[in-house]
Amino acid sequence: MTARIFVYIVQKGGVPDDSAAELFAAAKKIDPAACPTAIVAGSGAELDVACNVLSAFYAEVWKVANDSLAYPNAELVRQALVKVLPPGGIVLVAHNHFGIDLGPGLSIKLNAAFVSDVVGIDGVEGTDLKVVRQEFGGAVSTHVRCKIVAGAVINLRPGAFKPVEGGATMGSVVDKSSLVGALTAKRRYLTTVVAEAGDVDITKESVLVSIGRGIQEKDNIAIAQELAEAMGAVVSCSRPVVDAKWLPKSRQVGSSGQTVKPKIYLACGISGSFQHLAGLKGSPFIVAINKNPRAPIFQVADVGVVTDMLEFIPELTERVREMRKVSV
Amino acid sequence: MDILVCARRVPDTAENEIQLNRTGNDIERDDLVYSINEPDNYAVEEALQIVARSGGKVTVATVGTDDDEEILRREMAMGANQGVLLSDEAFSGSDGKGIATVLKGFVQKEKFDLILTGVQAEDAGAQVGGMLAAMLDYPFASLVNSIEVLDGNRLKISREIEGGNREMSEIDLPCVLSIQTGINEPRYVGMRGIRQVASLEIPTYGAPDLGIDPASVGEAGANVKRDDYFVPALGKGAEILQGTNEEIADKLIELMKAKGGLQ
Repeated sequence: MTARIFVYIVQKGGVPDDSAAELFAAAKKIDPAACPTAIVAGSGAELDVACNVLSAFYAEVWKVANDSLAYPNAELVRQALVKVLPPGGIVLVAHNHFGIDLGPGLSIKLNAAFVSDVVGIDGVEGTDLKVVRQEFGGAVSTHVRCKIVAGAVINLRPGAFKPVEGGATMGSVVDKSSLVGALTAKRRYLTTVVAEAGDVDITKESVLVSIGRGIQEKDNIAIAQELAEAMGAVVSCSRPVVDAKWLPKSRQVGSSGQTVKPKIYLACGISGSFQHLAGLKGSPFIVAINKNPRAPIFQVADVGVVTDMLEFIPELTERVREMRKVSV
Repeated sequence: MDILVCARRVPDTAENEIQLNRTGNDIERDDLVYSINEPDNYAVEEALQIVARSGGKVTVATVGTDDDEEILRREMAMGANQGVLLSDEAFSGSDGKGIATVLKGFVQKEKFDLILTGVQAEDAGAQVGGMLAAMLDYPFASLVNSIEVLDGNRLKISREIEGGNREMSEIDLPCVLSIQTGINEPRYVGMRGIRQVASLEIPTYGAPDLGIDPASVGEAGANVKRDDYFVPALGKGAEILQGTNEEIADKLIELMKAKGGLQ
């Protein structure tokens, strides 16, 4: 194993992204003896703060300071990385909205291989890196082989790699800024528009009746609404319901929506993609209702009901109402 | 504005249960219902709306085989001016970079102001758009959920970032954008519309037409290969409740009460 491993870490206000420890763990899975190098970009004092934080974990931290890198614009970061990276390395990037922007184009400019959204690493065999990906929303997985002779850019799914011990070092910070020079962008960041608050705050609810594609039609939302009312809960949803404009964005659970932490989560007609599950925190009791017994949601749910939600939910609503009548 | 939308035909996960085939080297493809990759359909709708406001034409291209013509016709029925099939035995087994190489050949042949892709395919991973842009030295943005044409040289776009927030940017043309679902409401396509375009000719281009070295694409050029498909051993998995709907409902209520979710 000779390829050197680099991880690119986004920092904001001096705080490195949560992926820092996960990317380190992934590097160790590629090569247990690896001493991965962290690369972090930005400008001003906050960049030094981020470098110091990372040097407690990584033996070597490459600092790339440039005024135009104050905001993480993938186009500019790519230009900087192409200038500082030696040929043939393996570069690990978190597969989030920044990594999706950066990874594919970086691999082309480095003339390296690229694998997207990797969830597992089996190690190196000859000149191949063996990794695991998921397809069809997690319904099936694949073993994938990637040639690393000319280097590789590997985008790793956030949350898929558990942080490991053994990162604690007193690492050194190496300033690579002078290699970068002037950067020019054909895409210029303007501003960030914060999501509007919705009519209800699903992040504060203890019971959520959450609906997905299985709701089928807008008119059927009333069925979920009635169950939620009977239970004293609120209706949330997965992405397809928002895409169809049936519920506002503020009701969406997932990495591009809200992060919720209810006690009980009823996933009705939700397949359970990782983007959706990423919005579910605090180990709720998950009930999955889905007519497809192979839906990935059944892998993470505590209890499951394999049935058509449109038939089952009105029945459940009825029983909840009866139960409450008796108990009042 | 002349817009290219790169689209793909994929198994429709809303219509199929995806399972392994007997040998595990692929998913079971018999009786699968295929359709256009959902985000690609949003990309075509966005292209049609931009052209309706600013003029120009929409071309939809796919890298594939004759079977893939059906999605081109579907998008032509939606309103795309032209469908193009990029097909050659040499393209078979391409990885993401191979597909991007084929598309690059087509873009260099035809010239477009704007290139759109869907954000990702069900069986791939948000990569071709970013690769194509880098090969062409065009700027790129992923996860785009709004587009405003500023003038003939620039767009104002937003990207979907964490928590439903939107990152606003200005981007120079020509550029490549990967389109997030929900950016618009794709129009309905009826059988009648599809019949109307059934006999239109769909040009097909192979490696020689696109100036592509066969060794740079397909199996031969691929750095990334699938070994097999598998279903990972489950963790604990859900306890599946059995019985009549009524019995299951009562059991569920009991469980939710115990967890403090029902008083």
